[in-house]
Amino acid sequence: MKVNMSLSSVLFKKELKLVVQEPDFFGDLNLTQIIDAIIKDKENYNLKPYFFTPLPGREDILYRQEVMKDMENTVLLEYIQTFSDQMLAMHQKLDEAKGSSYKYEKERLFLDAVDIYCKAIISLELNLSILNLSSEGFKSFHSYLKYYIQSGYFVLLLQETRKLLDDLSRLRYSVTIKELRVQLLLYKSEPDYSIDVERTFEKFKQEATKDYRLQFPPYPMNHIEAAILEGVASLYPEIFERLVNYYSKNTNYLDETISIFDREIQFYVSYQEYISQVKRRDLQFCYPEISIDQKDIYNYKGFDLALAYILARENATVVCNDFYLKEGERVFLVSGPNQGGKTTFARAFGQLHYLSAIGCPVPGSSAKLFHFDSIFTHFERSEDIHNLRSKLEDDLIRIHQILEQATPRSIIIMNEILSSTTLQDAILLSKKIMEKVISLNALCVWVSFIDELQEINKTIVSMISTIVPENPGLRTFKIERKRADGLAYALSIAEKYKVTYDSLKQRIPS
Amino acid sequence: MKVFLLYRNHDFNLKQPLPWNEKELTSDLELDVLFEAMAQDDEFLFDISKKVILASTKGDVETILFRQQILKDCLNNSTVINLLYDISVGAIDRRRHSWFGVFTKSPSSILSSSVGMMEIYAGVLKELRNAIDENVNKFQSEGFRRLFSMLQTELSDAYFEEIQNHLDELKFRDGLLISYQLGKGNKAINSRLHRLTAEKLNWLQRLFSKKPPAYTFYVHPRDESGVRALSDIKDKAINEVANALAQSNDHILQFFTMLRTELAFYVACLNLHRQLEDTGGQVCFPEPAATAEEKENFEGLYDICLALKMKQRIVGNDAKADHKGLTIITGANQGGKSTFLRSIGLSQIMMQAGMFVGATHFSTSICNSIFTHFKREEDTTMKSGKFDEELSRMSRIADHIIPNSMFLFNESFAATNEREGSEIAGQIVKALQEKGHKVFFVTHLYDFAHNFFNHASNGVLFLRAERHEDAARTFKLSVGEPLSTSYGLDIYKNIFGNE
Repeated sequence: MKVNMSLSSVLFKKELKLVVQEPDFFGDLNLTQIIDAIIKDKENYNLKPYFFTPLPGREDILYRQEVMKDMENTVLLEYIQTFSDQMLAMHQKLDEAKGSSYKYEKERLFLDAVDIYCKAIISLELNLSILNLSSEGFKSFHSYLKYYIQSGYFVLLLQETRKLLDDLSRLRYSVTIKELRVQLLLYKSEPDYSIDVERTFEKFKQEATKDYRLQFPPYPMNHIEAAILEGVASLYPEIFERLVNYYSKNTNYLDETISIFDREIQFYVSYQEYISQVKRRDLQFCYPEISIDQKDIYNYKGFDLALAYILARENATVVCNDFYLKEGERVFLVSGPNQGGKTTFARAFGQLHYLSAIGCPVPGSSAKLFHFDSIFTHFERSEDIHNLRSKLEDDLIRIHQILEQATPRSIIIMNEILSSTTLQDAILLSKKIMEKVISLNALCVWVSFIDELQEINKTIVSMISTIVPENPGLRTFKIERKRADGLAYALSIAEKYKVTYDSLKQRIPS
Repeated sequence: MKVFLLYRNHDFNLKQPLPWNEKELTSDLELDVLFEAMAQDDEFLFDISKKVILASTKGDVETILFRQQILKDCLNNSTVINLLYDISVGAIDRRRHSWFGVFTKSPSSILSSSVGMMEIYAGVLKELRNAIDENVNKFQSEGFRRLFSMLQTELSDAYFEEIQNHLDELKFRDGLLISYQLGKGNKAINSRLHRLTAEKLNWLQRLFSKKPPAYTFYVHPRDESGVRALSDIKDKAINEVANALAQSNDHILQFFTMLRTELAFYVACLNLHRQLEDTGGQVCFPEPAATAEEKENFEGLYDICLALKMKQRIVGNDAKADHKGLTIITGANQGGKSTFLRSIGLSQIMMQAGMFVGATHFSTSICNSIFTHFKREEDTTMKSGKFDEELSRMSRIADHIIPNSMFLFNESFAATNEREGSEIAGQIVKALQEKGHKVFFVTHLYDFAHNFFNHASNGVLFLRAERHEDAARTFKLSVGEPLSTSYGLDIYKNIFGNE
């Protein structure tokens, strides 16, 4: 049923064509993992397109951020959860009704579904009015809801539903069964026989005993029960006639805007539920400032969300990292010891930007992120035997594609590429590619073992993974902004054996 | 319906925990000999005897006298008691043979099984009442008179008729009458089963016939799923009533179980009595006194367990120890000191259980707890030295002391030199004495015993194992100051011969 008032959406400020295909970079950035975990148990709502579609404008992002902020209110979250559960129960009832082959069961199940629907809507409206919601999205939905509840259609629907249910619940009828004969009778007040029996033997009672009652699991109505129900209908023709009319009259009761809300709001619910499993004192989330023109981006205390989600469940430590770009800086060149968190850093960078583009809060205590047009990733892959080209060739083809498509508003993330050639080749090729990236003026994270790249240009910022000097075997996963000297690892070992310059000066007597 | 043969106003709780020191009590007082004599190879009698007696480390005068009366009735009517016991055992056995309710899967089979069981029980209950009707006048005790008159009232002829009516109706020969309400999806809910007799059905139909014709249908016999659905409907309808009847059977079983349990104790007492008669040992019903009366006097007190083991009469001891909180027993080895100590503990616990005791006269104050601290074999676990073990055992006891306890020490704290042992024993006993506990202490610690003798208040009794000039032990104790020798040489000589 559609009541006249413009559609309101809590997800979109203006209409948008949804992406149904998972973006290419999802796998490299572990976004697949994140989104799958977010929408787990919510398959029915088909939320993926919402997570696959970045928002076109800054105002679209802000619209969502506002709604998301409202959804941080746990009371609201609970109200929404209740509403969703009710809507789910309603749909189940409708499915049952659809599947029923007995008229009076089908119609009653339908009535039960509408009853759940009415209750859900009324209590949602009531709950929303208690809360002080500030987002435009919620406000406009709430006013729609108020308008709908006061509409003549809903008022009548509610009244009929209640009256009919009330009348049906008052009925009591008797059945006699003897061998294969079943007879319906009007009910005449009589005592419960099992209570009589209990009373007779009460005197022997010493202490509580076993419960011999069998549990009968619910099962669908069978034709005997249906025949009895027909009999009940014949005892009370007036009420059942009303049920029949009610069913045929209200087939299209479900309101479209409310239906859409029920689905769209799950975007927020699922994301809040997901990050609530990650949030700790040292793992924060923030609403990023969205930068359109400037690339002076930053993020403090950020982390890889996919990794943090796994580690938080094991109660393990998650290492946070900071990054910033200033004065025309464009490229993060990440180097340092292996397994020191370089890939994680690169992924986190991509995740942060993508999540900000769908209006979600991102890992970190604060962030300013660039409003990109596309993200391109190139992570090292195992060789494809079906492909006749060499790995190096593959690498270069892919990089070429990226550089062809990328614009100054793009983000490029490359991880350990060109590793299948000699060092000298790698240096040479990397320098050439780096020059192209710089001239493109796009944002880039490049994980590479080639220190020399940092010398090319001032727009390159060197970030290196660090280790604990006393115990070089222990990875810190901390990525710091400092010059790569290729020595970080060697130095720490030297310190350990007191053979550094300083140590040797002291040890060697003058 | 309550049995109440062990307590005037409550059941005996079979699940109550045994006293924390039941193992010590059982081995120190050799209670297993007593339990075995009472049980006569019947596990159930053993179990009940053990539980009732060990629950009697505390007692109250009222309950003791209540049980004594009942036990006297039992001694006078042992045939009737055995008959009643057999009836209750029979009821429990027949349940085991006839009841399959636990394994059945449908309310209708639970119901038919329950009806069958109830028919058997009705017969047993009738048997019980007849036995009572015939013998009620032979019983004097408050406990039996109450039980019997209750059973006569509750199990009246009218009551048996009521049961029979139910059993007839529960076969549902006229069909089922069920009422329902409509729940979600118009499913039938809140079902209620009503009595349906042919007359009532006719009446209902007449009432109905003024309205439009009754809605009736038949399930076709070849409609298999329909027949099954109908039987499901019936099963659901009789679920409650099947449960009610099955639980009623359980309750009757519980009643017979309780009757059997409480009678079992008296049946076991009868067993014990018979065997003691065979040894020629005398028994008497003790005179329990309140704690404040500080009673402790007896004549011909002997250790029943020893008599049972030896199958002969044992020399009894006499003492007048009223108002004596502490008794120190010294004297000859193998002079009957331990036996005496055991007879004290055993008689106390038997008295508090409401039983007769091995004595010609026994009158003591009741206590709230009994502790034994007997010399132990060397600790084989090497965890602690023997003296260490003794004191740690004492410390564990101290964790459990409640007011008005009784302590039986048998050569305690002697696993060190006499001076130290005496000092420790003295300090412990003094503390217990001042806290108002009753203490019996068998000892060779001369310093300890003598110290109390020298500073004796009136509150201490000294008993000595007698030694006749021919050096034959008489196993009789008499009042006497502690001597500094325990006649170990005598025993040595007995074994090694005069050299």
